[in-house]
Amino acid sequence: MSALQVLNWREYRIMRTTISWPSNRYQLLSWWNKVLIHILALTGAVVFLIPFLWMISTSLKPIEKIFHYPPQWIPDPILWRNYTEALTVAPFALYFRNSVLVTTLSVVGQIASSAIVAYGFARLRFPGRDILFIVLLATMMLPWQVTMIPLFILYRNLDWINTYYPLVVPNYLGGNPFFIFLLRQFFLTLPLELDEAAKLDGCGPFRIFWQILLPLTIPGLTTVAIFSFLWNWNEFLWPLIVLNDIDTWTIPLGLNGFRDQYGTDWNHLMAASFVASLPVILIFFIFQGYFIQGIATTGAKG
Amino acid sequence: MRTRQAVGKAIEDAGIGKRRRMSSIARKEALAGYLAISPWLLGFLIFQLVPILAAFYVSLTEWRILTTPEFIGLRNYDKLLFEDDLFWQSIKVTVVYVIFRVPFSAMLSLALAMLMNQQLAGRRLFRTIYYLPAVIPLVAVSMMWIWIFNPDYGVLNSGLRLFGIDGPQWIFSSRWALPALIIMSLWQVGAGMVIFLAGLQGIPTHLYEAALIDGATAWQKFLRITLPMLSPVILFALVMNVIGSFQVFTQAYIMTRGGPGNATLFLVLYIYRNAFEWFHMGYASALAWLLFLVVLVISLALLRSSGRWVHYEGRIGGV
Repeated sequence: MSALQVLNWREYRIMRTTISWPSNRYQLLSWWNKVLIHILALTGAVVFLIPFLWMISTSLKPIEKIFHYPPQWIPDPILWRNYTEALTVAPFALYFRNSVLVTTLSVVGQIASSAIVAYGFARLRFPGRDILFIVLLATMMLPWQVTMIPLFILYRNLDWINTYYPLVVPNYLGGNPFFIFLLRQFFLTLPLELDEAAKLDGCGPFRIFWQILLPLTIPGLTTVAIFSFLWNWNEFLWPLIVLNDIDTWTIPLGLNGFRDQYGTDWNHLMAASFVASLPVILIFFIFQGYFIQGIATTGAKG
Repeated sequence: MRTRQAVGKAIEDAGIGKRRRMSSIARKEALAGYLAISPWLLGFLIFQLVPILAAFYVSLTEWRILTTPEFIGLRNYDKLLFEDDLFWQSIKVTVVYVIFRVPFSAMLSLALAMLMNQQLAGRRLFRTIYYLPAVIPLVAVSMMWIWIFNPDYGVLNSGLRLFGIDGPQWIFSSRWALPALIIMSLWQVGAGMVIFLAGLQGIPTHLYEAALIDGATAWQKFLRITLPMLSPVILFALVMNVIGSFQVFTQAYIMTRGGPGNATLFLVLYIYRNAFEWFHMGYASALAWLLFLVVLVISLALLRSSGRWVHYEGRIGGV
């Protein structure tokens, strides 16, 4: 069994790496065209980077140098203390802790529930499965704002306002249709012989899921974890509705509140915005292969 | 015995229980299947289906959260369709945003994807740079762009001044605020780019080789091979983009507060205000239901139109 597992794992890895970035073999570009596309890509990259550079540059300037034309790109002097000031004038440490708490709980819930549901749809046969899967796909197109008011009323009656239950609990019930879809695709690429061999050895469906298939889906689970982290970390509208108490605020709410209070302190505001983006940027750089793969899997098959 | 068989046959004919006599193994498997999907099924019922129906009921009432709901039939819909100028303003803003943002972002992300599909030194780095804006928290992005759009000291107008252009007031002008938000959204086309890139890499190389032999120009290859082969991906991207564009909230809430002069009063922002600032729960629910219907109709229309322009690989004929 384990040999088969390893073999499949390797095949699977090879398959995934070959589909991810094949070089472009069908076009041999002339020297001139090569220069041209490099110039295009470079110009585009500069344009895309300017907002970031502008944010970082502003975040390090003294306030009197901000309202200045032409703008200075390299701050002089460089004020690192803008960061400590911005982060202490509002309780960003608390917001950060809240965000980490909500995000971690949500990510765990989304991974767990998406994985088991995806397994059910990919591997087990039961009457009504295909119709239910179509329903699941249809919910991807649902503008969730239509559920916002009844759910707010429900949470209010449950006394869940100013708690994290409204942000976390739904993630344990199905999580997100995109993730279920993505993981189902992953399960479908694994050979059925795995399940059958395990069945002969007397494994029940949930043991097959847990011991045999799940370890092979780790790349998929990682992709889900990263996107789930991103979406939960960045979420704004739901927290805005259910978290009114400042002590419960997450980073996006804190940033919004900070701006209400210190509207034109652009250096501090940019410092706070940069710090709010930093975890996401770090995660992105560490795991960027998974990002691309995840989008490719859901996108191309959609 | 005969009747049982007849009933079973009837059920089978109706296509209900294909595995009429489910073996105990199959029954166990089905049970496990339901158990496995039960988290989603429960979540779907509790957090989606019931709330949608409840929202429809609430939309038929006059309800100020602290009072008891009073049933008023279709009066909310009557009011918003025929009396509420702000509702029509929010529809206008949202539709204009969709009309400009969706095609522009599709074209830009396709162009970037095709660029990234070339033999490019440092392709990984470029891809990272183009994709990064799509992952930053939208609240932080909004803060950045308020400052970028600053008419006097922002980087955009400073840049325009280098070319002797006196830039507009952007988010402080009722004419330029919506275009400003559209421009900002184009900075975040990275996700679309990656979807198209994956699609491009799925196009079989031999199609281009055949075109090369036939002496096709680059433009012909794009028109006759790339676009048709990519059309399922384009459909997916369009539908998701339209749905996403109808749900714009954060940018408008943070950057412009719906202004100036309601120039960026998006539909979801208007729903939010009615529900959570003015506590008109019934009226806000009616608005939310209209959003639901509009998105449903447009998505279905796009999907139905796809038969005419989307090319599925099973039907390759005369490429």
